[in-house]
Amino acid sequence: MTLADKQQEIIDDFAIYEDWMEKYEYIIELGKDLPQLEESKKTKDRIIEGCQSQVWLDATYVGGKMHFTADSDAIITKGIIALLIRVLNNENPAEIVKSDLHFIQEIGLHEHLSPTRSNGLASMVKKMKMAALKALSSDEVAQKDEK
Amino acid sequence: MEATHKRKFSVREIREDFPALRQTIFGKNLIYFDNGATSQKPQFVLDAINQYYSKDNANIHRGVHHLSQKATSEYEASRKYIASYMNAKSSDEIIFTKGTTDGINLVANSYGELLAAGDEILISAMEHHSNIVPWQMLCERKGCVLKVIPINKKGEIIQDEYDRLLSPKTKLVSITHISNTLGTINPIKDMIQKAHAVGAKVLIDGAQSIQHLKIDVRDLDCDFFVFSGHKVFGPTGIGVLYGKEALLDKMPPYQGGGDMILKVTFEKTTYNELPYKFEAGTPHIAGGICLGKALEYLNQFDLEAIKQHEAELADYAQDLLLTFEDMTIIGDSKKKTSVVSFIVDGVHPFDMGTLLDKQGIAVRTGHHCTQPLMDFYKIPGTVRASFAFYNTKAEIDTFIAAVEKSIGMLK
Repeated sequence: MTLADKQQEIIDDFAIYEDWMEKYEYIIELGKDLPQLEESKKTKDRIIEGCQSQVWLDATYVGGKMHFTADSDAIITKGIIALLIRVLNNENPAEIVKSDLHFIQEIGLHEHLSPTRSNGLASMVKKMKMAALKALSSDEVAQKDEK
Repeated sequence: MEATHKRKFSVREIREDFPALRQTIFGKNLIYFDNGATSQKPQFVLDAINQYYSKDNANIHRGVHHLSQKATSEYEASRKYIASYMNAKSSDEIIFTKGTTDGINLVANSYGELLAAGDEILISAMEHHSNIVPWQMLCERKGCVLKVIPINKKGEIIQDEYDRLLSPKTKLVSITHISNTLGTINPIKDMIQKAHAVGAKVLIDGAQSIQHLKIDVRDLDCDFFVFSGHKVFGPTGIGVLYGKEALLDKMPPYQGGGDMILKVTFEKTTYNELPYKFEAGTPHIAGGICLGKALEYLNQFDLEAIKQHEAELADYAQDLLLTFEDMTIIGDSKKKTSVVSFIVDGVHPFDMGTLLDKQGIAVRTGHHCTQPLMDFYKIPGTVRASFAFYNTKAEIDTFIAAVEKSIGMLK
């Protein structure tokens, strides 16, 4: 499934909810189901301090794909993290860098990604893209070395 | 005006004065419980803003034309009104600022110039960041020492500790009248007397008190009192620094520019008199005029009636909240204003705030710009409902049902 397909799938998932509270019930469920980041990985270099909630992000690059695990102290933030991970996980870094996460707007949760929301999510997306960018440049260095 | 001449206190009628209260948010009637952050504005103030910009707009002071003189006299009339509302000795003691934070920064920079290395400044552990950081900056600049008066778990300043910290080295005590996070009303009159006994000056942060309590600066005998217009039903971007005239006279200007000078040459500039010495540049004219209007609006009512209504709301909300399991009210002082800060075990304040918002209820969540206070209670933040005189018990019933629903979803 492409990144675009994954976004469309989420938009379709959300279409069945009629009101905000139902939407949030689903987000909370996603948040509760998201595997927690191990305590040992909640280190200073992985933390994104928001004014309202905190986020921890761990990014690895294996076999040409990015892998993300993340956690938050707030469950709604965690639910939205689950959605972001569902879209960006297992994608190659080039796709992630150029991705436009329009699904957030379409399901009406864009307020959570606004930098003024200060829940750490806007910075998390930025960090995910930065990790992808770093992976890309490490590939370039490796290619040069081979030449 | 005597209490007998005051307008009858009717919440139903008061609500009609506030157009912002008549709207729906996410399909629900707005319940506005974020008054500690900012208050809504009555039509009386909105009309005054509109009148100024649509008819009377002109730059003030030194304009010979009719509109400039009109704007000037309205602006200065407002200053006089505010002076008499606070019972200041003269309107020269009323400096218009951008707000509470600006007022504190003015004092920290200007009065701060009169301080020397080793001089001590006392604040309390419940201060808003704006009554912490300007003093830390001053201490870095001048080598002064910032000391913090501890509080107890109820959220009250420990007076014995205050007595212990006061000394001839204390040059300034800067404390909040009412805690924005806890709602505690501090015994400032006693604290001011004690500070004066060691020769220290006192600044009162009145951001959370001007809208709830009658402020009489001469009775309090505070040296400085600061507040913001927007929390007292007036515009944003305007506030007041009250200072005793003799003290303000001694203080150097804070910012340079137009209006604050008498004569400028490249060799030497002489400064204007009070209050203009501290008002460089074109001020927030509409704000200044309409802050007076906001206090005029409030002054129609007997503040005791407002206080009683707000206390009933806070008690009612607190009692209902305490029926929930794992509920803790943060700030348990006997002397409290209409702020209820709470946390529920296992529920993050941000999640609660988000779900309440979707049910049309505006509360504030987080650390409320009092991070050291959150550290003291070892919590990441609270959910804070802060009431104003236009709120009702029926709104609290809806709020309690929404809190219950939110807890059910989040736990």
